[in-house]
Amino acid sequence: MEKRYFQKEIETMPVEQIKKLQSEKLVKQVKHVYENVAYYRDLMDKKGVTPDDIKGIEDLHKLPFLTKSDLRDAYPYGLLAKPLEDCVRIQSTSGTTGKRVVAFYTQHDIDLWEDCCARAIVAAGGSKSDVCQVAYGYGLFTGGPGLNGGSHKVGCLTLPMSSGFTERQIMFMNDLKATILCCTPSYAAYIGETLKEMGYTPDQIPLKAGIFGAEPWTQEMRRNIEETLGIKAYDIYGLTETSGPGVSFECEEQTGMHINEDHFLAEIIDPETGEVLPEGSKGELVFTSLDKEAFPLLRYRTRDICVLSRKKCSCGRTFIKMSKPMGRSDDMLIIRGVNVFPSQIETVLLKEGYQPNYQIVVDRANNTDTFEVNVELNTEKFTDTVSGVTAMEKSLAEALKTMLGINPKVNLVPPKSIVRSEGKAVRVIDKRNLHD
Amino acid sequence: MSLKQLTIFVENKQGALVDITETLAANNVNIRALSIADTEEFGILRLIVNDNQTAITTLHDKGYLIKTTEVVGVKIGDAPGKLSTALKVLDENGINMEYLYAFMSRTEKHAYVVLRVADNAAAETALEGAGYHMITDADVDKL
Repeated sequence: MEKRYFQKEIETMPVEQIKKLQSEKLVKQVKHVYENVAYYRDLMDKKGVTPDDIKGIEDLHKLPFLTKSDLRDAYPYGLLAKPLEDCVRIQSTSGTTGKRVVAFYTQHDIDLWEDCCARAIVAAGGSKSDVCQVAYGYGLFTGGPGLNGGSHKVGCLTLPMSSGFTERQIMFMNDLKATILCCTPSYAAYIGETLKEMGYTPDQIPLKAGIFGAEPWTQEMRRNIEETLGIKAYDIYGLTETSGPGVSFECEEQTGMHINEDHFLAEIIDPETGEVLPEGSKGELVFTSLDKEAFPLLRYRTRDICVLSRKKCSCGRTFIKMSKPMGRSDDMLIIRGVNVFPSQIETVLLKEGYQPNYQIVVDRANNTDTFEVNVELNTEKFTDTVSGVTAMEKSLAEALKTMLGINPKVNLVPPKSIVRSEGKAVRVIDKRNLHD
Repeated sequence: MSLKQLTIFVENKQGALVDITETLAANNVNIRALSIADTEEFGILRLIVNDNQTAITTLHDKGYLIKTTEVVGVKIGDAPGKLSTALKVLDENGINMEYLYAFMSRTEKHAYVVLRVADNAAAETALEGAGYHMITDADVDKL
């Protein structure tokens, strides 16, 4: 099969050349930030670093980190590096962790972001002849605007559906023969479930590929979506702080996401010490924007835990690959002193034959954490006896205990009784009020 | 020869049964017998109705988890000791029972027992061997 790229020369550039390009861009970017962003200049001054100390990517480690709390402190204009009159767009984070961040874009910034999304669409097999259904939310959230722009650049016929109104999504998908679906993985699973209930088999659904991101999902969930919709499901990664989706994307190998290294410089650090770790180590992902004009974050700590790999990829792209984030410190719950990631629970559910429709409820009674997992029961599993249902609850609790190391109380609940948001799923209800 | 029971998973919360029974009523489904097993969190409602297909379609469309379960229906006399005599037949044949419930006939002096056992065929053979008459889905509306 012929290999296809959106920007072949850059995407397949020899590694040494990419590093050279990154060094040149970094030197310029550090100067730009130092001169225009007082907040970061103060951080550099405090660390005793000047732009002259940065001669290439080997000097990156000398620069101070930025964290989400810096972004909150500098809200709204503190990290802006261009006059507002040169900016054309504002996007904002979803506020999943309760802290909103606003990011600014010049036209140049929008262009490079949309190029990144276009690369992801082409890597998923997209071309001019595709109909691309964008079911990410449009608005402040970067998902819709990013993929919409990328889809235009590729030349796909773009269906700007935004999220929600599932019946209408399905009607347009079928009537207009959408071939690529872009949305959150939980919404893709929901659309798939609905199609299945309506009696559609995978071969009756016109889709061939899906580009899913903006929330954590597991390999099991990928297989599940691929089977229900009869597609290949590609992961895409990004964050509003660095631009939006498209910071990295999957190719046909589906073994990690290629980071758009001409625009984003990635590092893995030890989240405790901040020390840079060698390739192949598991640690916190840190990004430096090399090209962005309006909101150029240097050494931004994503809080995502993953691994980078330079292993040669069969797709021909030379960009370094990042693993799917293995967890996010924001999502991590500490229950009875044990670290619990919702993605671990999802893995167990799929393995045990349940749909990944669940909700974790954590509370505190008599100074001890209570830990309940509500899981939707499905027809295949349902039995007519109380002992049958309680035995399933017990065996699922056992499986979760084996994975997590702590014992949850499992409650099986009727299908669709757990509220589904059509954007991001609310998986965790923590009633402990530990931070007041 | 079989009797189909509808089994519905319900949340243990106020109004849950009202919605189910109203839905069935609105679709002209007549409930002939029912039993409910409940825990603190959930309940399992078991129904014998005159129109399984309509009940399944309408409740499924409303989002209920519903499935059919094959049970054994047996006709017994309406007099003291008739139930224990019938159950003794199963016991003597080593047939384990999960649950049972019963209802009266509208027309004859008979009762009907719905039995959920480990092995339907064995239960039916044993009961028929002892002279009992089984009821099937086709009989439900006439009882």
